[in-house]
Formats: sequence, structure tokens, C-alpha cells
Amino acid sequence: MGNVIVWIVWFAALFACVGSGVAVVSMTNPFYSAIALIGNLGSLAVFFLLLQAEFVAAAQVLVYAGAVMVMFLFVIAYLGGQADAPWAGGSSWQRWAAVIAASALLLEIVMVIGLKAGGRLSDEADVRESFGSPADIGRLFLTDHLLAFEITSIVLLVAAIGGVVLGAHSRQGDPRYESPAGVPVSRERTLPPEPVNATPHDASGAGVPG
Amino acid sequence: MNGPDVTWYLAVASILFATGALGVLLRRSPLIVLLSLEIMLNGANLALIAFARQQGDLDGQIFALAVMAVAASEVVVGLGLIVAMARRRLVLDVDELTTLRG
Repeated sequence: MGNVIVWIVWFAALFACVGSGVAVVSMTNPFYSAIALIGNLGSLAVFFLLLQAEFVAAAQVLVYAGAVMVMFLFVIAYLGGQADAPWAGGSSWQRWAAVIAASALLLEIVMVIGLKAGGRLSDEADVRESFGSPADIGRLFLTDHLLAFEITSIVLLVAAIGGVVLGAHSRQGDPRYESPAGVPVSRERTLPPEPVNATPHDASGAGVPG
Repeated sequence: MNGPDVTWYLAVASILFATGALGVLLRRSPLIVLLSLEIMLNGANLALIAFARQQGDLDGQIFALAVMAVAASEVVVGLGLIVAMARRRLVLDVDELTTLRG
């Protein structure tokens, strides 16, 4: 009975995974693509749970579907209409070459795995109940893989600094942040006061419809 | 084991990887390219975790966690580049960015 349920869950995750993957690649609105990728990551977390990788599944949902995808959605919202992606560009031979290259890649992966490990894939190791638990992962990270753990933290630090450097821009010369006399003004952008006799051509142009 | 064995998971992983590769090669928006790259990384992660279960060795899961950290860093840098491009009023199209061409 439990066997059947595992298969049902597996096939549901399969359809969610492949369907959302195709949706990510084929949507023209990147916002929908990002939402589809969240579904993809969620169904992958189901696979991870079936493979007794509880900690990785939790990290997948928290880090990926939570933090990373929210960042994606914020950037897409920031870009607005600039982010719209026409379906595919380039000449038609480029499109066909892309499809052929991707199919060749799939064929190659399947053939290599089948040739090298085809006969040995079905026998599976017996694992303890605690396989993949946070305690086991944490112990391995702080003993055998301590160097990898520390290097990962450096990589994350460098990426954070790189993100700040790429995202930073000088506000010097930007009239929104400087008053004419050179006195620094508040950086909070406030709506202009309600005009009593609003002229149609307001100098700032902000807040006045039309 | 009751349930699908590792071959099935590897099939899903290779399909995911090929889907992501198709997106990277086909689409021209850097945002979609980044999202497709995430799919490729996740296909690799699924294969790692499937093999970790088959071998009964946790090293594969450790590797998958490291891959997730690298993917997060890559997203930060990639999105930073996209925002910088948008701020310079460049068209968000990877075919248009030819300044580095020799």
C-alpha cells in the first residue's frame, strides 16, 4: 500500500517538475517564469524528501524558493516593462541549433549514464534512519568537509560584496537628491504639497495628473 | 526499496538539465537565461542526491548544499548585472551586448 502511495506522489512530482520547467523556458513574461520556477523547486523538494534528504529539501524551500526567488521577483518588478522577454531571438538557424544542441545534450547524458552505470543502478544501499538528518549533515560539514564549508562562506561574502558594487551608483549630480544651494536635502522622496492653483505645466511634473 | 529506484530520478534529472540548457540557448532575455540556469543546477542537484541515496553516502548531499550556495551567489551577481544594464538604458537582450567582442 505504501508502495503505491510513493509512486503516486512520485508521478505527481514528475508532472509538476517537468511542466513547470517547460513553463519557465517558454513564458514571455519573466514574472510568470519566476513563479513557475518556484513550483519547479517545490516539486524538487518532494523528490529530495523521497530520497531521504530532509535537510536539503528544507534548505531548498527556505533558501531557493524563499530567498532567491523573492530577490528575482523584486528585480523583475523593479525592471517593469523593460523585463518583457520576446520568445526567442536570433535567426532561425540559431533556434534550430539550440534545439538540436539541447537534445544532443539529453541523449549524451542518458547514454553515458546507461553505459557506465546501467547495471549497477538498481541495487541500493541500506541506510540508517537518520540518513540526511540535520544532525548528520552538520556533523559532516564541521568535520570532514570543514574546508568546503569555510570556502562556501567566502564565496557568499564575495558575492554579497559584488552585488553591492554592481548595484551601487553615485547620487552626485542627481537633481532629485540635491538642493540648488548645495545643501543636502532629505533623501526621502515626498509627494509635493497639494497645489492650490495648479498650473497645467508644473515644473516638477510629479503628482499632477495630466 | 519500495518506490522508484535511482534510474527514474536520473531520468528526471537529465530531462531537467536538457530543459534548462534549451532555455539558456534559445531565449534572449538575461532574466530567463538566469532562471533556466537555475533549472540546470537543480537537475544536477537531483542527480547528486539520487546517487547519495543509492550509495548510502552523505557526501552527495553536502555537495548539493554547496551547489545551492554557489547558485545563490550566481543569482546575486547576475541580477546585479541585469540591474546595472537596465540603469544604463541598455536593451535587455544578450544578443545586443557585443561591447566585449574583439
